[in-house]
Amino acid sequence: MTALALPEDLSSHPVAGGRTGAFSLETVSMTKVFGSLVALDDVSIKVGAGEFHALLGENGAGKSTLVKCIMGFYQPTRGQLLVDNREVLIKAPADAQAAGIGMVYQHFTLVPCLTAAENMVISRADAPAVIKWAKEKEELQAFMERMPFRVPLNTVAADLSAGEKQKLEILKQLYLNQRFLILDEPTSVLTPGEADEILGLLHDMARAGDITVLMITHKFREVNAFADRVTVLRRGKLAGSGSVNDLSTDDMSKMMIGEAQMREKAPRLARVEPKSTIEIAGLSVDDNEGMRAVDAVNLKIRGGEIVGIAGVSGNGQSELVEALAGQRSLAGGAVIVNGRRFDATRKDFADLKVFGLPEEPLKNAAVKRMSVSENIAFRSFDKAPMASIGWWLKPAAMRDNAVRLIDKYHVKTPSAETPIENLSGGNVQRTILARELSGDVNVLIVANPCFGLDFASVAEIRAQLIDQRNKGAAILLVSEDLDEILELSDRVAVMSGGQITYQAPIDETDRNTIGKYMAGH
Amino acid sequence: MAQAETSFATPPAYDTARIRASIEAVAIPLGALVASAIIFSVFLTLLGKSPLQFFELVWRGGFGSSFSLQNTLQRATPLILTGLAFAIPARIGLVMIGAEGALVIGGFAAAALAIPLVSAEAPVYLTMLLMVLIAMAAGGAWNAIAGWLKHSRGVNETISTLLLTYIAIAIMNFFVEGALRDPASQNKPSTMPIGKDYMVGNIPGTDVHWGLVFGLVLAVALQVLMSRTTFGFAARVTGGNPRAALAQGLPVGTLIVVCSAIAGACAGLAGYFEVAAIHGQANASLVAGYGFTGILVAFLARHNPLMIVPVAIMFGAIEASGGLIQRRMDMPDATALVLQGIIFVVLLASDSLYGRFAIFQPKISTERT
Repeated sequence: MTALALPEDLSSHPVAGGRTGAFSLETVSMTKVFGSLVALDDVSIKVGAGEFHALLGENGAGKSTLVKCIMGFYQPTRGQLLVDNREVLIKAPADAQAAGIGMVYQHFTLVPCLTAAENMVISRADAPAVIKWAKEKEELQAFMERMPFRVPLNTVAADLSAGEKQKLEILKQLYLNQRFLILDEPTSVLTPGEADEILGLLHDMARAGDITVLMITHKFREVNAFADRVTVLRRGKLAGSGSVNDLSTDDMSKMMIGEAQMREKAPRLARVEPKSTIEIAGLSVDDNEGMRAVDAVNLKIRGGEIVGIAGVSGNGQSELVEALAGQRSLAGGAVIVNGRRFDATRKDFADLKVFGLPEEPLKNAAVKRMSVSENIAFRSFDKAPMASIGWWLKPAAMRDNAVRLIDKYHVKTPSAETPIENLSGGNVQRTILARELSGDVNVLIVANPCFGLDFASVAEIRAQLIDQRNKGAAILLVSEDLDEILELSDRVAVMSGGQITYQAPIDETDRNTIGKYMAGH
Repeated sequence: MAQAETSFATPPAYDTARIRASIEAVAIPLGALVASAIIFSVFLTLLGKSPLQFFELVWRGGFGSSFSLQNTLQRATPLILTGLAFAIPARIGLVMIGAEGALVIGGFAAAALAIPLVSAEAPVYLTMLLMVLIAMAAGGAWNAIAGWLKHSRGVNETISTLLLTYIAIAIMNFFVEGALRDPASQNKPSTMPIGKDYMVGNIPGTDVHWGLVFGLVLAVALQVLMSRTTFGFAARVTGGNPRAALAQGLPVGTLIVVCSAIAGACAGLAGYFEVAAIHGQANASLVAGYGFTGILVAFLARHNPLMIVPVAIMFGAIEASGGLIQRRMDMPDATALVLQGIIFVVLLASDSLYGRFAIFQPKISTERT
C-alpha cells in the first residue's frame, strides 16, 4: 500500500501549508545505529489522527532517538516515516516543521527578555526582516481568541510562571500551525496542578480533532489519566503497545523493565538508633547573580530520618544543596552537625561523617577523565592505607579498595582503570554510592539521586538510602520527583521562593497539599 | 553478581584501554607536528626556498655536532623551566601565560640582591644560594598573585598573568634605567654585573651551564609530585572538576595558589640562570620570549612534566639552528617564529581531535545495567 508511494519533496507537500486538523504519523521499521550501538532497532509505531499517544521507556530505551529521527535531527539508518499515510523524507528539522510536526522540549526554548508575542513571531520560519508589530499583534490576538487557553501577550517570557511558559511553548507550535505535537517530558518543570491543567487541555484539543499528541514520559500517572494509547520501548526495541484502557500499570512497567532483577524495597524500621543530627540554622545563600536564593532556612533532621524537600526546580533547592556540599559559600546562618559547626572542610567531612549524593554525578561528584579507581578514592586518598605519612600515594591500596567496592556495589566497568566517563549513568551513580556509602555515614545530603537512571538502578539507590536511614543516618533528600519524596521521606518539607513554606510528617500530608505549597499558595 | 566479577577482573581490557589512550596522547601531537611541517614547507616553497634544505639545516644546526648539540641544550634550559611553569597550573585547570613576567621578576630580583652581596664579597656559594632562593621566591610570589586573585576575586588568570607580565617588565626597566643602573652600561641600561666569580659555571666537559641539571631535576620532581603524592592527586581532582573537589572538602584555594607559586618559582629559576649563567646582569635581554615559547612546549608535551624535556630540546634545536639558516638560506631571524606560530595554531586545533578516532577508543560494552 503506502510503501509503494514515492517520498515526496516536502516543500510541495499538502500537509505543509493549509492543514487545519490533526493527522496521523507512523514509523515503519525505524532503525538507528551509532557505530556499534543499535540505539533503535526496527521500531514501528502508529499514532492515529487526533490521538493522545504516550511513549514510555526507561532512559536509554530509545525514546529520544526515535523522536529525533522523526524530527530530522538524526537520519535513520533504515525505515520510513509516514505522515497521513504518505511516505515523507525528513532530512532536517525545518522539513519536520514544514510537515506540520512540532516539538516541545523538556526545557524552555523561549527568549527570556522578549514578550510572549515577540517569542511567537520570531519563531516563524518566514518572519520578515522588518516586522510590522501592530499588524502581527492584531493577528496574534485573533489567534489567541481561537485557542482554548491563553497567555498574556505583552509580558516578557522571564516574568511568566513555569506553567505559562509551557503553555506559551505549546501555543507557539500551534501558531506555527504544527498539528502534530511531540512533547518531551513536558511536566518535569511544572507543579502537579499545572501539569494536570496543561495535559488536560491538550487532551481536549486532541479529542476535538485539532491536534495529535505524542508525549514522552516515564510517569504512569500521566499516561493513565490523559493518554489514549501507549507505546513502550525497551533497549531500543518495541516492547509493546496498546490502548491505555486495556493495560494495567503493572503491564506497562513489565514492558518497560523486562525481566530485569529488581532489588526489593527495604523495610522501613520503626525504631532506629539515631547516630547524629544535622541542623540548618538560618541559612541564607546567594545565587550566581548575587540574588538571595535561600532565605534564612531553618531545618532540623534527626538521625534515622529522611526529610524530603519538594519544590518546583529553581526555588533555591540546588543552591541549598550546593551550600551544604561546600560548593557555594554561605551568605548567612550556619550548619550544625551533632552540635558542632560544619564548614564543609575536608576535616569536617571526615570528622562529622557527612556524605553526599549530588545530582548529575559526572558534573558534581566525579572527575570524568580519572579512573573508576581514582574516583572511588576521593574520600580516602589522603588517609591510611592509601597514603603513607599523609602525602605519598599507594596506588596498589587504592586499586584493591576499588576492586572490592566495584564488586560489592555491582559497578559494571571493563576495569578499575577505565575512565569513569566511559561508564553508563547508572554505573557512574553506583561508583559514587560505593564511595559515599561504604563507610560509616552520619549525615547524607542527597539531590535528585535517580534522575535519568533505569529502574534497576533506581531501586538499588532507594534501597541504599533506606538502609542508611535504618542505620541511624540523618538524610536530607532534595528531589524534583514528588513520587520519590512520597516514597522515601519520613517528613516532607516544601521549598518555595527560597523558603521552607510547609513541613509535615509523611502520614499527615498528601500529594495535593504538597502540590499547593509547591505552587506557592 | 557473577557477571560483575567477570567483567571487572579482565586485565586485557585494562591494558588495551590504557595503551590506546597513551598512543592517542602521542599520536595526535605528533600528527600536529607533521601537519605544521607540511604547512611550513608550503610557506617556504612559496618563498622559493627548499623545505628539505631547511629541515636538514635544523637537524645539522641543532644536533649535527657536539657544538650544536650543546648550543641546543643551552637554549632548551629556560624552555624546560617555563614549560613547567605553564604545565603545572594547567594540571589544576588554570591557563597561566605569565612565565615571561615571573622569569623577568625572578632574574631581576637575583641581580638586585647580588649587588650588595658582591660588593661585600660574600661567600660565592652562599650568594648563589641566596640568589636562587630569591629568584624562585620572587617569581613564585609574582605568579601566586594571579592564583590568589583567581580564587578570591574570580579574576581570569589568563588576563591577569598577561598583565602582570607587563608590570614585571616595567618594574625591571624602572630600576634598571634608574636607581640600580650601572653607570658603565651606556647603550643598554643594566644592573651592575655580578662578576665572573659569582657566575654559574658549566657542567664539566661541556659548554652547557648547570641550569640544565636543575631543569631535569625539577621536571622529574614535579612529575612525581603530580602523579604520586596526595597533593598531586588533589590538584588533579581540582583541575578535572572544581565542583567535585569542593564537594570533597579539598582546599581548592590553597591548591590553586600553591600551584601558581610553583609555576612562578620555575620561571623565576629560569630568570636566575639567564642572569647568573648567560648575561651576568639584569637588562632588557631577559625579555626574550622564553616564557611564551614555554606555553608552546607545555602544550606539545600535553602538560606532562617529563615530556616537556624532549619537547624543549626540540625547540632549543630550532633556535640553535637559526644562525645557520640565516646564513645558508638567506632568511631572516623571524623564520623560526613563523614555524613556532604555525605549530601552535595547528596544535590548538588538534586538541579537538581527542576521542574522534575510533582506533584509539577502547571498546565499550553497549550493554546497559
